[in-house]
Amino acid sequence: MTTSADTLVPFAAAIGRYEPLIGLETHVELGTRTKMFCGCTTTFGAEPNSQVCPVCLGLPGSLPVVNRMAIEYAIRIGLALNCSIATWCRFARKNYFYPDMPKNFQISQYDEPLCTDGWLDVKVEGATIRVGIERVHLEEDTGKSLHVGGATGRIHGADYSLVDYNRAGIPLVEIVTKPIEATGAAAPEVARVYVTELRDLLRSLRVSDVRMEEGSLRCDVNTSLSPRGSGVWGTRTETKNVNSLRSVERAVRFEIERQAAVLDAGGRVIQETRHFHEDTGTTTSGRSKEEAQDYRYFPEPDLVPVAPSREWVEQIRAGLPELPAARWTRLQAEWALSEADMTALRNAGALDLVAETVAAGASPADARKWWLGELLRRANEAGTDLAGLSIKPAEVARVADLVVQGALNDQLARQVLDRVLAGQGTPDEVVAARGLAVVSDDGALTAAVEAAIAANPDVAAKIRDGKVAAAGVLVGAVMKATRGKADATRVRQLILNRLT
Amino acid sequence: MELTRMTAAELSGALAASEVSATEVTQAHLERIAAVDDRVHAFLHVAADSALAQAAAVDQRRSNGQRLGPLAGVPVAVKDVFTTVGLPTTCGSRILAGWHPPYDATITQRLKQAGAIIIGKTNMDEFAMGSSTENSAFGPSHNPWDLAKIPGGSSGGSAAAVAAYEAPLAIGTDTGGSIRQPAAVCGIVGTKPTYGGSSRYGVVAFASSLDTPGPFGRTVLDAALLHEAISGYDPMDSTSIDAPVPPVVAAARQADVSGLRIGVVTDLSGDGYQPGVLSRFAEAVELLESLGAKVTEVSCPHFKYALPAYYLIAPSEASSNLARFDAMRYGLRVGDDGTRDAEEVMALTREAGFGAEVKRRIILGAYALSSGYYDAYYGKAQQVRTLIIRDFDAAFGQVDVLVSPSTPTTAFGIGERADNPIAMYLADLCTIPSDLAGNAAISVPCGLAADDGLPVGLQVMAPALADDRLYRVAAAAEAALAGRWGQPLLSQAKGLES
Repeated sequence: MTTSADTLVPFAAAIGRYEPLIGLETHVELGTRTKMFCGCTTTFGAEPNSQVCPVCLGLPGSLPVVNRMAIEYAIRIGLALNCSIATWCRFARKNYFYPDMPKNFQISQYDEPLCTDGWLDVKVEGATIRVGIERVHLEEDTGKSLHVGGATGRIHGADYSLVDYNRAGIPLVEIVTKPIEATGAAAPEVARVYVTELRDLLRSLRVSDVRMEEGSLRCDVNTSLSPRGSGVWGTRTETKNVNSLRSVERAVRFEIERQAAVLDAGGRVIQETRHFHEDTGTTTSGRSKEEAQDYRYFPEPDLVPVAPSREWVEQIRAGLPELPAARWTRLQAEWALSEADMTALRNAGALDLVAETVAAGASPADARKWWLGELLRRANEAGTDLAGLSIKPAEVARVADLVVQGALNDQLARQVLDRVLAGQGTPDEVVAARGLAVVSDDGALTAAVEAAIAANPDVAAKIRDGKVAAAGVLVGAVMKATRGKADATRVRQLILNRLT
Repeated sequence: MELTRMTAAELSGALAASEVSATEVTQAHLERIAAVDDRVHAFLHVAADSALAQAAAVDQRRSNGQRLGPLAGVPVAVKDVFTTVGLPTTCGSRILAGWHPPYDATITQRLKQAGAIIIGKTNMDEFAMGSSTENSAFGPSHNPWDLAKIPGGSSGGSAAAVAAYEAPLAIGTDTGGSIRQPAAVCGIVGTKPTYGGSSRYGVVAFASSLDTPGPFGRTVLDAALLHEAISGYDPMDSTSIDAPVPPVVAAARQADVSGLRIGVVTDLSGDGYQPGVLSRFAEAVELLESLGAKVTEVSCPHFKYALPAYYLIAPSEASSNLARFDAMRYGLRVGDDGTRDAEEVMALTREAGFGAEVKRRIILGAYALSSGYYDAYYGKAQQVRTLIIRDFDAAFGQVDVLVSPSTPTTAFGIGERADNPIAMYLADLCTIPSDLAGNAAISVPCGLAADDGLPVGLQVMAPALADDRLYRVAAAAEAALAGRWGQPLLSQAKGLES
């Protein structure tokens, strides 16, 4: 597992000498209610081997029947990725032995995929890069192995292994890009942004919950280097176990640095599968593709060909929701936000939240300010994302509204948000219960102003001498005395009225 | 009349009229099995308890005045390749010895719903690979006409059970002739329905694109009754055809060939065919002509490539279908002593659990599908399959049905071809084309060969979903031949009673 043997070339130097070529294979578990070829439910996290039947256990005599909804979801994805949808295609068997594969073959698609030849435009640092999509095909997931004992957590060296077949037969879509060329130093970021935008697209299509941490979106990253000016493509490696957006970027970066060192030393990059390690940000060698087994693909004889009618495809196309790219353009215009603001919102996963906050009455600028500022900070502190915070967009809108009305200042608003996040009630309930409303009643404030002047005679003297800027000290004293509840503007006015 | 000598149709009538109870019928057949099966070895499991319980339930329903279907109370023997809740399913293999499936095959379910009594599970060549039952891990079955002869295969146990009066009806599967060839050599009727006409759900797969469940009976009408009961669309099998079941029972009763165009396949005769088989076949054709059929000769030039194509396609699919037998989830497990990893246990189990013929076909198939060989073998075989389908299409443009001998020879001796796989494969020479094309075919007895006194089968082939034509022709031939050979032909058999 040690990676100390890998020499690395600093990234900038590597990019100086080599042009990276990347490609991504993304597996997406579809959110269909039932499995790909049987009626078992697909709920995540159920008791192991509780969602199984003769078909997904591959019992002798059982036969698969295609889930029509999975075909529809895959076509939806294909259309959103600008692909051609096959008029006729078949499933194929991919044969290999592994204990988590109930039949020792996986029903997949081989040379006749359902969707081919599309693209996805992604925005990287203001520029649009068109990522070609080679194919989108359907297959069944395998069971999940848990290797107990041994050092590596892999099957070799384990004392024993447990297999959960709940996942076996869950529909998977594999989305394969064409080689992404000429990205240069941006290659790692292009990879990350592609997966991010693909995830957002899939989420908007409502075909998957796209949770990388639960494995419903899994990514294999192919990387190769070509010596600049050589015009020759290098040997690629396929990095697996890349389980977060950040890891996608790190994995590409590491492979570029590692492969550059191999090539610099006059070595040969081995075509192989590599495993990414989240903790170290490195990759290690898996099985070599050069000695990889022959999958003996052949058309699945238990299934009839899939021939989606053009009417059905058009019906699915007509039912597509507004896609993220179009929505981005529309919202940016409606909200009058900068490209940078929009990028920040997307990266924080805040587009939907801001949209809902705006819909609840807040101004786009306020909504952006609260979600990207205070709330993002709270989310980071809590180790969650914005959607994971226990505050509703309507509540954020209400807080923004109270500030606009002058009933809260920013400092009080933060306290209100804190208490809403802590589950103490709605913003109005918190304000009422804790007396957090701004004090702008002159009677109540005058006493505090008088006390502040009395306690700071030297400051008061400066103000009387015309040094109006010194009033800030007295305002601060009043705010402290009123525990932030005073309307600072009004306090300042009262001080100046009194002393000038 | 002795209950075991009655046809299914006769039993059905007697049961409906309450002249006899399902329990009595079942008991009679269980006694017959007890008396002869140590010699015939048609059964791997005799389901005495569950059969009697089923029979009692049928009798109860009938005494309650419920209207029951024609097979209610009629015993059926089921090939051990169909999954059956409550009974083991071994496929004739050590690797599945003792496996009790947790679900019923669609056909098992349909038999149960029809009130048919599942009397036991019959012997077969391991995973349906063979033409003699000699590849069964549990020993061969014997031909009731001559116990030293093979009963055919792979559904040899089913055919032997019906021929030995251990059951009036049986279910088998036909992949390359595994119903028609045993039917022919045992002197009974066996049908391979149109592919997709009878469900494969719960049939342990040998070659998915070929496997077709079908009926055995001692008469054409009996076969038709069972054919109708097991057929029809099954949403659990996506290759199942969503179309009405052809009217096979009506056709068997009609038994009329006047005006029907019959084509004799010239390519299924000549060298390698036993003279005694060819002469009985020729007589049967003449007889059909005398009944008003219009007989012509038809050539199907690509049939000669059917056997080699079959021995690439079927093993290729089998190599994949049989991969699941790996000791991980069910069945035999060898070498799991805590020192070996999963891969070694898989290999040791498969080494110990599969017989020689199964291994031979897995290796053949894995080779044919390998990268670099796929196009030359599997791909080419699929092209041949297309040519054979076109031969049939052209032929059925001229005639309504095709006929040939069911097998090139009568039953051969046990052990005679055991060491010669190619000789064994030739037993399916006449039956394979219909499997590759997915159309319908039947074997009906047409007398005893003059050279060895053993039964000869007439094969009738019809286009897909025209299964009813098979029964018209077979029933007409059966009726016409009865005058000469007795009805049924099996009344000539001496094997068991001597």
